[in-house]
Amino acid sequence: MPASDERDAMTEPMTDAAPTTPAGAPAAPVAPAPEPEAAADAAPATGRLDLGDPTVWHRVSPKYLVVEVVGTLIGGLLFCAGAAAVWILGDQQWALWVLVGLIAIFLVTLVVEPRRVRSIGYQLRADDLLFRRGIMFQRFVSVPYGRMQLVDITRSPIARALGLAELKFVTAAAATGVVIPGLPLEEAEELRDRLVALAESRRAGL
Amino acid sequence: MAQGSAQGPLQDPLPGQPGAVRAVETSLADGEWHRLHPATPLLKGGVALIAITGIVIANLRERLLELFFSVPTYGGDPLDEIYRRGMVGWALLAVLGVLLLVMAGFYLSWRMHSFRVTPEAVEVRSGILFRTNRKARLDRIQGVNINRPVLPRIFGAAKLEVGVAGQDANVQLAYLGSGHTDALRRDILRLASGARQGAVSGAQAVATAGTAAGPAVAAAHADTAPHAGPEGEAGAHSGHRLAASVGALVTQRANEFLAPELDPDAAPPESVVHIPPLRLIASIVVSGFSVVVIALFIVVPIGVANRQYWMLFSFIPALIGVASYYINRFTKGLRYTIAGTPDGVRVGFGLLSTSNETIPPGRVHAIAVTQPLLWRPFGWWTIRINTAGRSQQNGQNASNTTVLPVGRIDDVERVLALLLPGAGLQPEPADAAAPALAVSVGMPPAAGDGALAGAPDGALSGLPGAAPVAPVAATPSLIERGLTSRGGADGYTNAPSRAAWLRPFSWRRTGFALTASTVLLRRGVISRELTLVPFARVQSVGASQGPIQRRLGLGGVQLHTVAGPVSARLGVIDRAVSAELFEQLAAGAVASGASDTSHHWGTPQEAF
Repeated sequence: MPASDERDAMTEPMTDAAPTTPAGAPAAPVAPAPEPEAAADAAPATGRLDLGDPTVWHRVSPKYLVVEVVGTLIGGLLFCAGAAAVWILGDQQWALWVLVGLIAIFLVTLVVEPRRVRSIGYQLRADDLLFRRGIMFQRFVSVPYGRMQLVDITRSPIARALGLAELKFVTAAAATGVVIPGLPLEEAEELRDRLVALAESRRAGL
Repeated sequence: MAQGSAQGPLQDPLPGQPGAVRAVETSLADGEWHRLHPATPLLKGGVALIAITGIVIANLRERLLELFFSVPTYGGDPLDEIYRRGMVGWALLAVLGVLLLVMAGFYLSWRMHSFRVTPEAVEVRSGILFRTNRKARLDRIQGVNINRPVLPRIFGAAKLEVGVAGQDANVQLAYLGSGHTDALRRDILRLASGARQGAVSGAQAVATAGTAAGPAVAAAHADTAPHAGPEGEAGAHSGHRLAASVGALVTQRANEFLAPELDPDAAPPESVVHIPPLRLIASIVVSGFSVVVIALFIVVPIGVANRQYWMLFSFIPALIGVASYYINRFTKGLRYTIAGTPDGVRVGFGLLSTSNETIPPGRVHAIAVTQPLLWRPFGWWTIRINTAGRSQQNGQNASNTTVLPVGRIDDVERVLALLLPGAGLQPEPADAAAPALAVSVGMPPAAGDGALAGAPDGALSGLPGAAPVAPVAATPSLIERGLTSRGGADGYTNAPSRAAWLRPFSWRRTGFALTASTVLLRRGVISRELTLVPFARVQSVGASQGPIQRRLGLGGVQLHTVAGPVSARLGVIDRAVSAELFEQLAAGAVASGASDTSHHWGTPQEAF
């Protein structure tokens, strides 16, 4: 995470990690083995979970931050308006504290937002797609290409205004839950086609 | 959906001529359209309809009379009334008309409901006005279930359900003549297995079936006679023959009703597990539910003694519910059998309504062996599984996820050997290429086991068969240790001691072990649990870390499988180990998924 944070890698993400070229993902399934090892030697007691090759994470578009911020603002305004209505119209003192708490929560959310957006990433490895998101609660998911049942592209109104799209991978397991938001539309479509082709060539049963 | 285009390669082994490769036993699986048991509409809802109509008429007859004759005839008998008005003829005519309509409807719905079994798919079409056509591809079959509810059982009918992946996507053949059902299941499974037995002509197949199972043929006769009736082909029966066949039918029904759930010619005759009824009863009684019931029995009398009489009124319905729960559990667990067949594991149970499911190889997505606290003194365990393609809507099928209601450790090992053949879990060396593998990152103290530490890191990534590393004897105790061990160096890679902050009781036992094809996750000390997931069925792998876990240098690993009662997750494990495990599982899932041929489990292994 720390190394790749600065990499707002919208720079031709599809070229450097073509799943079949060994250049992008050097011996992908085996590669990470030595790294956690080294990290473990350095800091055995605590530490951040870090998986995958830290140099080839594709980040989502920085514009996606706008989508998140607008969403948070709308949600925040609605909640705060509700609390304010109870406070002013209902004349309930406790609602003021709820309002203050809500504002604090949403402010923190807004501050953390850029980092949260930057934490979303994916990489196409030799045999699977590795997805990550979250800073506080980190989550990594590896989906073998052959397990993909379908790939969905959805676009919310704000994302559409910004030319972004959201890619959702569906496997037979509901828990997989891999959604890559904030991809430029053409990139999303290209990625979808690529993944469908990969899924075709490696199709496994259920 | 990319599914459609995948059809090509999958169907390749099936040649185009459907008549050439056939070793079917029944005429039902010949690729032609067939109809269901003639009593189907009656069994499906007709009886209930008649009963409801009867109740409605009995209760509302005066109202109906008032409605139709617009005369207040309180207290008068409707038959008298009809007679008095000289309308007997009309009334009879109306009744006859309604009856005819209902029968026509039944007949039509039966007539329009047909199915066929081709080498590629099982197909059902039904509906009078709104036609539905449902097709289950044979290479996607997740299980074939034969249900015999009480009433259809008396009529000699059974429901065959072909489970395919997806919510509620099962294809039901309800109802079929009981005699055909087992043979049809064998046929479906044989076709699905892709087994290329030499082309057997229809006559040969019939001949072998005849010699193999005499009573079955009698049943076939008895069942086909009414079957063919409406088509006007059964006119040749003389009265004498009819009487004889009725007698045979009755004995056949009685035999069917009493016969065990495994038919002898399709499965090894012995179930690998025998549950004494006493153990079953005890296991049901000794449960968390019973604790609640006992609490109820204590609270309610106290309440009543304190003049809280409303408690009594809520108590009685609860009592009925409790009793029905116990009886239901008991009758479902009774006559439990499990046996391996060439076409998968067969699990049968039930006393009055029986269910008998065949799960083909490679259809078990996750297995959980659990022991509630109260069962520990008895050493009992229960096994539940995840499979794709359950109809989760009705509660009756929900319990089918339990493949072993209660059993001891050796029972558990036998059942696991059936469910995961060649997983390197068996005491006898099942496969030379299935040595147990174990991770050793070297750093967690628990993994400092001498044998395990010998495994070079990363060598495990080349998973099945390819890596004869660390031939830790796949002793039976891998399962046994997974179930009962208190932790320590026991072949499992366990959580480090700092995990005690998150798992104060169970951290010693929280761990995992890997074999060539399976991952074993162990957790829980109060309620012990061992989860087994075959790599080939893993849909995706997840790793996670929350803030507290980060402080402690821990991480969690999840295996995503199809929905079911089993969730395969390891809550805490050392961070580096979790990263390692994540990569190994991901690689293992890819490798096993690619080499998996279980969609046609009968084909020779050259497909690898």
